[in-house]
Amino acid sequence: MSLPVVDYLKLPEGEDPYLEGHKCTKCNSIFLGERNVCSNCFSRESMEPIKLNNKGKLYSYSIVFRSFPGIDVPYISAIVDLEGGGTVKGNLINCDPDPDKIKFDMPVEVVFDDALGRKDSEGNSYISYFFKPIS
Amino acid sequence: MSDVYVLGVDMIKFGRFPDRTVPDLGAEAALLALDDAGLTIDKMEAFYCGNLGQANAMVGQRILQEIGQTGIPVVNCSNACATGATAFREAWTSIKAGLYDVVLAVGVEQMGTGLLGGSGGGAGIPKEGLLGSGTMPAVFAEAGMEHSRQYGTTFEQFAKISVKNHHHSTMNPKARYQIETPLDEVMNAEMISYPNTKLMCSVNVDGAAAAVLVSEKKAKELGMGRSVRVKASILTSDPYQERDLVMPDVNSCTRKAAKEAYEMAGLGAEDIDLVELHDCFATAEMLHYENLGLCEDGEAGRLIDEGEVELGGRVPVNVSGGLLSKGHPLGATGIANIYEVCTHLRGEAGERQVEGAKIGLTHVIGLGSACGIHILEKA
Repeated sequence: MSLPVVDYLKLPEGEDPYLEGHKCTKCNSIFLGERNVCSNCFSRESMEPIKLNNKGKLYSYSIVFRSFPGIDVPYISAIVDLEGGGTVKGNLINCDPDPDKIKFDMPVEVVFDDALGRKDSEGNSYISYFFKPIS
Repeated sequence: MSDVYVLGVDMIKFGRFPDRTVPDLGAEAALLALDDAGLTIDKMEAFYCGNLGQANAMVGQRILQEIGQTGIPVVNCSNACATGATAFREAWTSIKAGLYDVVLAVGVEQMGTGLLGGSGGGAGIPKEGLLGSGTMPAVFAEAGMEHSRQYGTTFEQFAKISVKNHHHSTMNPKARYQIETPLDEVMNAEMISYPNTKLMCSVNVDGAAAAVLVSEKKAKELGMGRSVRVKASILTSDPYQERDLVMPDVNSCTRKAAKEAYEMAGLGAEDIDLVELHDCFATAEMLHYENLGLCEDGEAGRLIDEGEVELGGRVPVNVSGGLLSKGHPLGATGIANIYEVCTHLRGEAGERQVEGAKIGLTHVIGLGSACGIHILEKA
């Protein structure tokens, strides 16, 4: 059984994986990861978990040609605004690492797959999320 | 409240000194600044020391163990790349508060090699290259591409910033490099994280810089001579922004700091004769032209295209060579850029002198984020 790569990736049994946000019911700010206090409006006890949308648009990116030893390059590091709120960062896949092929606001979907074969020290495998252009 | 003056300030030539220690580099800068002020260590009433790499290792006390253990209070501070500016500002604050009349501030760093940053430490598996990149060149590339998205800023325009700063550094003997890098060389250098090529990334170097700050009373007593007045000292953290968690924000904290600094100084951006800003990457410098109000939003590309930010232009930026060529020893940078501006205000910058400079601004960003801005005026 695979583990989620980050705590905001949820793998409910018998259902599709999804990304979870925490939304402030007072000011509607959306955060990744659990928190008790809203850092925008400072209200307490106003946070509630929400399912983030799997569709979004490319906000910004960089094409990474030099990374740490052992990391495959090039890859596209992408920042995606999700429909309905929430911004997440991840690899943009199925897209040439070429600035002429990458368009701001291009529609992308969040897909879930094995974490590039990476395993932890106990041999556990992981599920990660990726962005894929919607043609 | 008393005005605060920089009485002495200096930096060591930035470079690679693997055989030396952090306290040793800091001690050298401290002695240079003391000499510049015409004072000795026993006259210092407090010492604020900025260093990142050995933040838990009492660097300030170890500097005093090399140059004079007088028993004064020492505060070691760490605030990412705003560390040096934070140490300087703490010194300023202590004089403003009326606690002391003569205070030493030092920023010092010994750097490793290679990429800084990286995403997702902690449990599980490495996240770098899986959930995008947390390397500094990529993070600042993404910030630059946000500008491209808004205003169509091009790779070539970002690259021109690096050409300019490398050119400036040919006139600065204390910079790590004195090498011209023509546009095609910058653009064709190894791509690290598009649009930042290797020549558009700051240089990892060792370095140290120091300043002696004094109260107005002390400055008058010792003779104003070459002193420089601190017109504004501002430190901010990053106000909430909706993309904060995945896109460290260097813009809002800079805009907030700039606004507060101009207010404190009673000046506007149009009054500034030169700027040393945080060009950790070429993409970053572009953002700060607008963040600091040197031009309207969307005009930054034009500023670099038309040479307004070059030596001889309307508002020269990073005539020291900047972090891109002078080098970026993290904890030292915030005081080194104060040294640069003071040197121009004193009319002692030689070949790279900004003629007639009376007021200058320094800016640093520590990612995470902290922004330090100082406005300095010839006394």
